[in-house]
Parts: sequence; C-alpha cells; structure tokens
Amino acid sequence: MSEPILELRGINKSFGPVHVLHDIDFSVRPGEVTALVGDNGAGKSTLVKCIAGIHGTDSGEVLFEDQPVNIHGPRDAAALGIEVVYQDLALCDNLDIVQNMFLGRERGKAGLLDEADMEQAARKTLASLSVRTVKSVRTPVSSLSGGQRQTVAIAKSVLWDSKVVLLDEPTAALGVAQTRQVLDLVRRLAEQGLGVVLISHNMNDVFEVADRIACLYLGRLAAELPAKDVTHGQVVELITAGRSGDLGIARPEAATI
Amino acid sequence: MTDTNEKAAPQEGAISDFGIDTTSRSTTEALKDYVAKVRGGDLGSLPALLGLLVLVLFFATQSDAFLTLANVANLFQQGAGIVIIAMGLVFVLLLGEIDLSAGTASGVAASMMALHYVRGGNMMLGMGDTVFYIFLVVIALAIVAAVLMRIWAGAVLAAGAAAIMLLGVPPNAWVEMLLAVCIGCAIGCLTGFLVSRVGIPSFVVTLALFLMWGGVILKLIGQGGTLPIRNDEVLFKVANGNLSTSLSWALFIVAAGGYTAVVLSRHFSRLRKGLVAQPTSLVLIKVAAVVVLAAAGTYLLTLNRAPNPTIVIEGVPYVVPIVLVLLTVGTTVLDRTKYGRHVYAVGGNAEAARRAGVNVPKIRMSVFVICSTVAAVGSIVLASKVGSVAPSSGGGNTLLFAVGAAVIGGTSLFGGKGRLRDAVIGGAVIAIIENGLGLLKQEAAVVSIVTGLVLLLAASVDALSRKRAAVS
Repeated sequence: MSEPILELRGINKSFGPVHVLHDIDFSVRPGEVTALVGDNGAGKSTLVKCIAGIHGTDSGEVLFEDQPVNIHGPRDAAALGIEVVYQDLALCDNLDIVQNMFLGRERGKAGLLDEADMEQAARKTLASLSVRTVKSVRTPVSSLSGGQRQTVAIAKSVLWDSKVVLLDEPTAALGVAQTRQVLDLVRRLAEQGLGVVLISHNMNDVFEVADRIACLYLGRLAAELPAKDVTHGQVVELITAGRSGDLGIARPEAATI
Repeated sequence: MTDTNEKAAPQEGAISDFGIDTTSRSTTEALKDYVAKVRGGDLGSLPALLGLLVLVLFFATQSDAFLTLANVANLFQQGAGIVIIAMGLVFVLLLGEIDLSAGTASGVAASMMALHYVRGGNMMLGMGDTVFYIFLVVIALAIVAAVLMRIWAGAVLAAGAAAIMLLGVPPNAWVEMLLAVCIGCAIGCLTGFLVSRVGIPSFVVTLALFLMWGGVILKLIGQGGTLPIRNDEVLFKVANGNLSTSLSWALFIVAAGGYTAVVLSRHFSRLRKGLVAQPTSLVLIKVAAVVVLAAAGTYLLTLNRAPNPTIVIEGVPYVVPIVLVLLTVGTTVLDRTKYGRHVYAVGGNAEAARRAGVNVPKIRMSVFVICSTVAAVGSIVLASKVGSVAPSSGGGNTLLFAVGAAVIGGTSLFGGKGRLRDAVIGGAVIAIIENGLGLLKQEAAVVSIVTGLVLLLAASVDALSRKRAAVS
C-alpha cells in the first residue's frame, strides 16, 4: 500500500447550528480508487467541497504529499493538483469541449488564447483516456449525451497533470452502457497513477472499481477499509447504521464504559 | 468497446478517432454540417440576414429614393449610433443581464461633452457648484468601486473624467469626446458594482439609473434647452463627415487586407496543425465575397452623391471606420481572449465558471463598464448626427432600439449566445425600417409598430430555435 497523497485529519465543519462533519480522518492514495459512501446527508458532498476549497473547514488539518496545506478556494485546490468532477457537471452548455476543458486555465500569451495548442492538448487527453464516443472536440457541450458530458468533465480533470480527482456521483444519471464507459474511465485514471475518490450510492459501481471504501455515517467516518475485506451487506449496514459487527462506530454503551 | 481493443490500439490510432477534426472537410460536407446545425436550432445571424435582404428588396421596389447613394450613406450615419450602443449591450446580454440605463447614461455622457464645449471647458460654471461637486463625489465613488473590484482600466478612465472636470481644459473636440467616454465608464463602474457586488438584480438597478440619469440630463441642460455642438467641426463631422476618396480606399485596403490576412493565416495554420478547419474553397469564396463587396461599397461611396450639382459629397462616412474598429476590437476580445471566453462561460453557466476559478463578480461588473463606455461612444455619434444635445438625448427609444438591434441580430436574452456582428446586422435592420418607412411617408406610429413586430419575430425565432436545440 502506497503512502497517502492527500490526508485529512480531524476535519470539522458546521453550517450554522448544523454540525455536518465530525473529526473526519480520510486519506487518498495514488493509483487507488477510494469509494466514499454514505446515506443522503451523511456529508459526502460537503467533505468533497471542503477538499476542493468551495467550503472552508472549521478545524482540522489537510496534508498534501505530507505537507500541511491551506485550501482557501478552488484555485488553491487546483494549484495542488486536486480536481473535482461535480454531480451537476459544472460544464458550460454554450461552450464546446475544448473551451470547457480549459475553462479558467486557458492557454495563451498576454490574454490572447492559443486555440490550436488547447485543441491538440484536449484531443490528446481524450485519446489517452481512450474516449471514442465524442466525434469532434469542437462539439458544443449542449449537444452531448449525459455520458459524454460526464466523460468531458472527467477528462477536464486529468488535463492538468492533476494528482487527485474527486468524482461526485459520476454515474447517478446514466444508463447502463454509459455507466460502463464512465467506470472504465475511472479505473483508467487510477491506472495512470492518480488518487481517485468516487462518491456513489450504487454498491455495484463501488465494488466494481474501488480499492478502498470509506463510509460516512451522520457526518462521522464509520470505517475505511480495503474493498476486498468487506461484503456488500456489511457496507450497506455501515451506511444505514454506522456499524456492522466489529466494524464502524462503536456502540454507545461500549463507548461509555 | 472491449478492453483488449483499447490496449491494442496505439495512441496514434486513438487520436485519429477524432477523424472529423484532423482532416479538413469537403465543401459538400461542410455545407451539410451547416444545414444540420441550422436544423438543430443554431441559427446564428441567419434570420436577421434574411430579414435584412427582404427589407432591402421590399423598400427598393417601393421607393425610388431608397437605393440611391445619398440614402445609403445616410443609412450608415443614421444607424451607427444605435449600432454602437447595441454592441456595448451585447456584452451585458451575454451574461443574461440587462442594462436599461445605457441610453440615458449615454445621454449624460453626451451632455457633459456638449457642456464642456459650450461653456468653454469650465465645467464648474456650466454645471453649477452643487451639481459639479455631486458629480465629483459620484465619480470618486465609481473609482472606489472599480478599485475594489480590481478593474483598473475602469478606475483610470473614471479618474480621467474627474481630471478633465477639475483641470478646466480649454474646449477641444478630442478632449470632449474623451470626457464623454470617461463619464460613460464611471457610470458603468457604478452600475456594475451595484449589480455584481451589492447583488441587486440588473433590471432594477438599471431601471432606477435609467430614471436618475434622465433627470441628470435635464438638470445639466435645463428644461427646454439644447446644447449646440454643430459649430465644432470635428464634433459635427463624426457622424456627418466623410473620408476623402484616397482615405476611403486606404480604409478599404487596411480593412479588407487585414481581414484577408487574418482569415487566411488562421485557416492555413489550422490546416497545417491538422485541426478542425473549413474547406479551403469555402474560406476563399467567403474572403473573396467580402473583399469584392467591400470594394464595390467603397467605389460607390466615393462617387459624388450630392443631390445638388453645386456641391460635392463623396467618400466613406466616418462612422464606417468607427463601427469597424469597435467591431474588430470587440470581436477579438470576445473570441480570442481569456476575458471573452470567461464572459461566455459566465453567461452559459455562472456556477461552472465560478468552480473553474473564474472571478464571476469581476466579469459581471466589467460588462457593465464596457456597455456604458461603448454607449458613450454611441452617444457621441448620435449627438453629432443631430448637431446638438437636448434633454431627450439617449431617452425615448434609444435604449430599446439598441436592445432590439442586438436581439434581432441573434443575441439571446438568456445569456451565453451572441456576437458583436449581431448588433451590427440587427442595427441595420432597425435603421432600414426607420429609413425606408420614412421614405414611404409613413408616420411614426407605423414605424414603431413595424419595429415592434420585427423584434417580436426575432425573439420568437430565438425562443423556438432554443426549444428545438433542447429537443434534439
């Protein structure tokens, strides 16, 4: 098992009176897919947004490549090589694939865009991920299917020599074939040596691609285990009750003794 | 697609999967793609161009005077003011915002310009002490707003307005026009700050400012007064003068040559790099058509078009290079710079742009700065055309015609879609309706009704094409 590339220690986060994340310890390892599972409201998306710098944290430490870092905004996270693919995709419908992939980090000199360079880089990235469903990199995103959009969003995240990619429910709105494509893509990201975090509700997806499974229960990390050490049923119990046998959050009575 | 296949395919092979990009298409394929695009709901400025053609044919058959050289040159001069204001508005519309105050804000800029000229550069005397100091305070606020949002160009131009007011520069047409532009910029800083930082919907902010600036113009000029500027040669000639014959041809060489050079060099560099490109024949036809049209236009406009044999009126009107420069600069900014890309992105999906690290509030403020600044340029042309500035300057239909011009040209009010040339085409439609119906001796009522109908038609086309794009 390799050293974690991104490590969170004791992260707390509240929105007003609501304590959303309690002392979360979480790590991401290069070349592995870590699935982040949990019920609705368990804090998965909040955790991802804290890592991405969309939300600040109230307390806790973030270590990136063993160095403590402060992430104050999306740009900080991006500068470290942390990329997020959001549930709602965060693509601009009116722009084409190249324009979307380079949005916010356009290449060029003195404010002028270098379209040729960007187009070639975008095509190379899509090719390296063996994406073949997109006909032209100059297609407007508005005319792509859900799976193709997801593909573009994921490809966008690897364009930057990124080291950690966080995927927020990438298969939630997709059909069977498209889910297949996206999961293949997720695996390929890990094979390229990236640390991948996959948020998902779908246990089949999780067991298919994940190396490790981290389970959130009501804002606490119930367990973080290698995927091969747990069964489907155990994970479901961890999600719904926060514990399963010896795994997960200790029973309240055990904690008081 | 199976795993083995993927692994077997070398990377080069994978790249060629985007075959449609790497090879240039044949002319028929390109045309087919275009038809597919139009059928898919992406109409661009096609309806406006068709409308333009229909209107020209209609008026040409109905009125003998319509296609005379004098009237065509007149059309340019009549339409230019609205077209310029509409170009500024396109930036705001691209974000899905609206600037209702652009008309009266431009009127304020024109009033200040005329006041500076009429009062011999002494703005304090011209405006009265109280108004003068209030103006300085407002400009100071605009500078603070621009600095807070780090829009340095806005801050510098706004400071320029204060400097010209305070220094009492003697009247000079160029200083006066600069003052108008600076005032427009300062106004834009305020509008943009209220929308993007304070967070008031742009409709409300600019509605309030529309009323306010209307009042300010009245205060500056006085009830029933007018500020004549026709005695200043430069100010009057902006919209009424023409380039000399040799300068007209020089303009043709610079504009057509520049266009050809840019289009061809880009096309062949794309071909060389194996990027998606139009077929060469199509590009050549397009360039040739533009060059021939421009040459024909220049030739016709350099003929004497005076109705009276004792005088000579010839040459391309000054407004043509003014509009061309604004169009070129603006299009370059929107299409070729990071800033322009971010404007489209914020208009398409502000949240996505924010997550990509785009400074959305700054972009949102900057478009209002651009809009008001460009509107001030438009107001110079409008004032010059009339030869004076009246309390009604920039009021009435000015703004609504400008919005109409942008929308008729194909700019979407929903944001994210539109180009500067849309404003020019749409502005031409509006100018032709007004001019043509005037020649047919139709009353103002008919002009308004027809313009309204055309606008409604344009908005329906936009909405329907959007629906179609959503379905497909």
